[in-house]
Amino acid sequence: MDNQGVTADPQLQQFIEIESQKQRFQQLVHQMTEVCWEKCMDKPGPKLDSRTEVCFVNCVERFIDTSQFILNRLEQTQRSKTSFTETMTE
Amino acid sequence: MDNFGSDFPSGSSGKMDTGTIMEQVKVQIAVANAQELLQRMTDKCFKKCIGKPGSTLDNSEQKCIAMCMDRYMDAWNTVSRTYNSRLQRERARI
Repeated sequence: MDNQGVTADPQLQQFIEIESQKQRFQQLVHQMTEVCWEKCMDKPGPKLDSRTEVCFVNCVERFIDTSQFILNRLEQTQRSKTSFTETMTE
Repeated sequence: MDNFGSDFPSGSSGKMDTGTIMEQVKVQIAVANAQELLQRMTDKCFKKCIGKPGSTLDNSEQKCIAMCMDRYMDAWNTVSRTYNSRLQRERARI
């Protein structure tokens, strides 16, 4: 191997990209579990009943919907006004 | 994971092969994820199970924490599955 440093290695580059993507996924699972636990879990019982499980499923879907909604609306706001950053600093 | 460099043995040559780096990084990532899970689980289960903190953890509190841990893992798995399915669906649309 040459001495250009570790990031010149394409195998390592790909590894970094894949692991980064996996980590983004993991982080969101951690975050959504925490948020949805607050919304869906009353008293921890001997098992996860179906009503609570449905709540978690809905919670994840709605969380992602919310995230997409925010991005879309932000995009719309940016298109209709001259500049979003100008709007923000007014 | 901030003292990244010091965890890798470099020996006298200062070079490490790619395979070793990748394996060690994977281990460190797994450890970090486990720590994160544990931290959040502890936080949630403390909130659910401990009322007014006494001088010890009594039996009912211990039972509650044990159940809470299992339910938290169930919740985590459900969230992971659901999120994964959602991502697959989104990708299929494109």
